[in-house]
Amino acid sequence: MSENLLEIRNLSKNFGSVAALNNISLDIKTNEMFALLGPSGCGKTTLLRIIAGFEYPDSGQVFMNQSDLLSIPTRTRPVNLMFQSYALFPHMDVFSNISYGLTNTSLSKEEISNQTFEIIEKIGLQDHVKKKPNQLSGGQQQRVALARAIARKPKILLLDEPLSALDKKIRQEMQIELKRIQHEFGITFIIVTHDQDEAISLANRIAVFDKGEIKQISTPQELYENPTNEFVANFIGDGNLLKATSTTTGFKHPALGEITVSHNYESGKQISLLIRPENISIVKVLDGSGEIVDSVFAGYRKNINIKLKNNEIVRVYADKSASLEIGDQVNLSFRPQDIRVF
Amino acid sequence: MHRRINLSAIVAVFVIIFLYLPITAVVGLSFNKSSNSLIWKGFGLDWYKTIWSNEPIMSSFQRTIFVAVLTTVLSLIIGTTISIGLNKMKAGGFLRTFSTAPAIVPDLVLAIGLLTTFSTISMSLSLTTVIISHTVFCTAFVVAVVLARIGLIDPAIEEASTDLGASAVKTLFKITIPQLMPSLIAGAVLSFTLSMDEFVIAFFTNGPETPTLPMVIYSMIRFGVTPEINVLGTLLLVISFVGVILAQRIGKVADSI
Repeated sequence: MSENLLEIRNLSKNFGSVAALNNISLDIKTNEMFALLGPSGCGKTTLLRIIAGFEYPDSGQVFMNQSDLLSIPTRTRPVNLMFQSYALFPHMDVFSNISYGLTNTSLSKEEISNQTFEIIEKIGLQDHVKKKPNQLSGGQQQRVALARAIARKPKILLLDEPLSALDKKIRQEMQIELKRIQHEFGITFIIVTHDQDEAISLANRIAVFDKGEIKQISTPQELYENPTNEFVANFIGDGNLLKATSTTTGFKHPALGEITVSHNYESGKQISLLIRPENISIVKVLDGSGEIVDSVFAGYRKNINIKLKNNEIVRVYADKSASLEIGDQVNLSFRPQDIRVF
Repeated sequence: MHRRINLSAIVAVFVIIFLYLPITAVVGLSFNKSSNSLIWKGFGLDWYKTIWSNEPIMSSFQRTIFVAVLTTVLSLIIGTTISIGLNKMKAGGFLRTFSTAPAIVPDLVLAIGLLTTFSTISMSLSLTTVIISHTVFCTAFVVAVVLARIGLIDPAIEEASTDLGASAVKTLFKITIPQLMPSLIAGAVLSFTLSMDEFVIAFFTNGPETPTLPMVIYSMIRFGVTPEINVLGTLLLVISFVGVILAQRIGKVADSI
């Protein structure tokens, strides 16, 4: 338990009649890259702002190294936030922006200057020290925001949608950069994002949020392979959720027929089956269980949509050279162990 | 099509002449050598020289500048505080309108109201009451200008300052006020020029021993428009123009920061 840096216990917060957070509990470990993932309005930003000190919960507690975090004023919390809008000070140059947090400490001018230049060098902003934020590109502005937020050497760095404003190429560059900096400075990162790719590629562990509640906390791989509920199954990765009825030996699907699995289920219940597109193979036949309605070239593969007899759409990945055309009749096959049931 | 454009251009020229002719007349006649301003007796700076030795005019001029400077400082402090407060409490339309209303209340109404207030609290009329009165309506102008700007500042910038360990006071002076600078300059110029040439409110709320420049000009006009009045008009015009131009220059610099 001692490796838990942050322990969040039964946190609730309402805005009027809306519950932004509903009895959230969560542990974050030292040096972890942790992501709070969920659609907009799910409460993840509220949790971030509570940890930063801009909101106060209605009930619940937050402990950092076993001591109460909520009683520490915002100004002196060993937590810093990298804002989604970066919130750089427009009237200050890069050096003054980055050193701002250090000027609020008891450090001497010389120490502030030394430490600031050290960070500027590590983050690669040497050529921009005297520039104002509006003279920098989006990627450079983000580096300044990052440098400013870690200058006070916080125990936790909170990142609000860190990559959302960048174009694809710089995003990939910053992903690598964020991991490098996290490693180099040894700071625990908590990332808030609505973008599953961002969460999966950056985080060691992810908490999936929906409507103020945590749906699952796990590693990216676990979330993808073993989602514990329908929301996570739907939210993480491309997934096919098919409505079926349970039988004593497995399930019965209106278009795919009987599927036999080794488990025993109570028969006659309405259930959802999750099957990932990459786990389905298709064969062209004269009269199959579905018809190809869409085929999109995606570089190394084809994304194919199949309309089943009962009008459900199933997504399948096929080899880019597969000779499959829109209108083709196909049969689907998959291994029972690749099915998840909700 | 061409004709129509020409017609509107002609109208525009006439409108501009109509707007600037009176001002041109004041400036032109201020260089008249004649003691009767309506008879041109040649170009000269005579009246510009004599005006410096006119004690009532010069002392009222000083009073006017004194009132304008103090009004500007007070209006800026009060107006900025109100604007920041309204913005922080996310005040709705009613409070916002209420704070800027004195700018559109007729001067006469405001003057009567202020006079009534001062006599109710038995405050004797002096330059102090003029400064208070001018601050009332100039504050409204400052609020109007600053409130428009403050809404454009990303609230995350102030949060970032707090997050980085700055006190509320440091955030105000190092982050918020520099962001507001262009609107503060605009508000200052507005307050200064509005106060400088304000007549109605000063006429009602001033004591008899300390007339301001517009009041002195008004009393002089009863004996006809003298060239001295034209000189004073020209000087007020120059001060206003210089103020506006300076404000634009500084505003541009502040905006580019």
